[in-house]
Amino acid sequence: MEIIDNLILGFSVALTITTLSLAIAGCVLGTIIGALPGLGPSNGVAILIPLAFSLELDATQALVLMTSVYYGAMYGGRISSILLNIPGDEPAMMTTLDGYPMAKKGRAGDALVLSGVASFVGAFLATIGLMLLAPILARVAFYFGPAEYFALYLLAFCTLGGIGAENQAKSAIAVCLGLGISMIGVDNSTGMTRFTGGNLHLYDGVDFLVAIVGLFAVTEIFVFIESRGRDSAIGVKLGRISIPFRDIFNTRWTMLRGTIVGFFAGVLPGAGASLGSFLAYMSEKSLAKNKDTFGTGDVRGVAAPEAGNNAAAGGALVPMLTLGVPGSGTTAVLLALLMTLNITPGPLLFNERPEVVWGLIATLLIANFVLLILNVPLVKLFTKILQVPASFLLPGVAMISFVGIYSLSGSHFDLLLMTGFGVLGFTLRKLKIPAVPVILGILLGGHMEVSLRRAMVLSDGDWTYLFHSYISIGLWIAAIVGFVAPIFLRSYLKKPDFPGKEYDS
Amino acid sequence: MSDRIFGLILTALALALFASATQLESPFFADPVGPKTFPMLIAGAALLSALVMISLPDQEPNWPNFLTLKKLGLALLVLVFYALTLKPLGFLLPTALASAILSFQISPKLVGSVATGIGLSAGLFFIFKFGLGLSLFPFPRVLFG
Repeated sequence: MEIIDNLILGFSVALTITTLSLAIAGCVLGTIIGALPGLGPSNGVAILIPLAFSLELDATQALVLMTSVYYGAMYGGRISSILLNIPGDEPAMMTTLDGYPMAKKGRAGDALVLSGVASFVGAFLATIGLMLLAPILARVAFYFGPAEYFALYLLAFCTLGGIGAENQAKSAIAVCLGLGISMIGVDNSTGMTRFTGGNLHLYDGVDFLVAIVGLFAVTEIFVFIESRGRDSAIGVKLGRISIPFRDIFNTRWTMLRGTIVGFFAGVLPGAGASLGSFLAYMSEKSLAKNKDTFGTGDVRGVAAPEAGNNAAAGGALVPMLTLGVPGSGTTAVLLALLMTLNITPGPLLFNERPEVVWGLIATLLIANFVLLILNVPLVKLFTKILQVPASFLLPGVAMISFVGIYSLSGSHFDLLLMTGFGVLGFTLRKLKIPAVPVILGILLGGHMEVSLRRAMVLSDGDWTYLFHSYISIGLWIAAIVGFVAPIFLRSYLKKPDFPGKEYDS
Repeated sequence: MSDRIFGLILTALALALFASATQLESPFFADPVGPKTFPMLIAGAALLSALVMISLPDQEPNWPNFLTLKKLGLALLVLVFYALTLKPLGFLLPTALASAILSFQISPKLVGSVATGIGLSAGLFFIFKFGLGLSLFPFPRVLFG
């Protein structure tokens, strides 16, 4: 049994004091980040990456720390959804629909425990799914040549732009912006500089961490200042916490269904956790016989999206690790981490660095139990975090972002560039242009160009080579369908109205 | 209207990218595609989507009013100031100033903001310097040579 051998390898990496303490620290930090409204998983992981470098962790350790933060943030996002009716991050948005009404009925504790258990079910099963599916996909990915990779990147941009956005043209613009930015700097195959405008600082290109922290964290500062006072949330009092065994038992199939739906939504390149929780909630609602109770504090409406969102978080790691194509904003940030650590995700990663992949998987299995403890018996501690005033939190986030980037490059140019990305992010947010495709474009642009050029070298300039195999034709078709189909499905996929709909993950 | 303006800006950017790409000279040993084709493809796609954005604009977004814009502008100035002074002035002073002003923007209470500034500056310095081992200078470097 190959998987068992691999798991033994993984646990031998995971069960060291350093790795375990990093995982636990990541879980705690992640839950805090998730719980704080406005500081979502992508944001939190982005500002922590530069700091992780300063700790001089090796690749596995850095990845373990950041992925635990990612999982933790996914768990923690529900806390402010339930207690404040403000989603802690975008995937937790669906949880406000039934979680907050349930809390208003005086069952806040039950809602928190139930959603914590649902998160655990979703995340744990998805980690097992990752363990089973990723090696298979990695084997398929061995057949991918440059033409297939080019089509795959296109697919990621198209599904992200198609499913995620409300306006296809705007997503396309976001992708182009990102790709355009990724072209700045030295062209690796010829060694010539492109689009730098003669600015020496730009010769190395735009560092994607600068762009990510700018577009996520700095933008959030502007958004917060603008919306100050508008999010006047009335908190719900949290009484004693007991475990609602009956509700947990009654929603067992709901959780399982949510997990399956969420996992596959997460595996789709470019779709991510928000889609996972959305589809899990909607499918549960359409299956239910008595739909009227949804939206008024139905336990199924709490369990389904939380299972879905956490399962999608695990699922989104599958394409990121096996193909190097992230399934969501946060996995894009994790990909940036891998690239900065000089690890190229893809099938070779599974063969050449099995200790990284399996160490990560084993740690995630353990992390889920840590998170279950943090999020069920200890959840009360984390609800205290919601009382940290924004006037303290936001300046703190700003300073941490700046110092993090400064510690990487030590140049004020990068800090100014990051501020510029913050202004860009704010403008994009106002115009409802999604920021995640910009980041994906910056991250993948170089790879996409390289695969195109390699394909053309192989075919000696024959463009039909891009469609030479069934895999690439399939990917092209999927890309076109993924981009166009949502235009027609939009009326079915209409999202309910949310408080503060502008988050992106 | 905003969509149209932004679309126009993007059109200009796309054209600039395209023009700049045509200026690139492919070295004779280059691959069949060369360094200019992919940027030109991006420029084309950007141009197309910018034109769609101009012709089919969405609803006008809620732009912040003048007062909020002033606040945002000040916040931007603070961040730029911070970016420029972090190195020459050392960590403590710029961080305290910048976070106090940002804090005041979010909740205009003088005492609270000052406390936030001092607290964040000192607290983060200890975490960064001694927890994470970053090489930060607490005070202006000129004072210490």
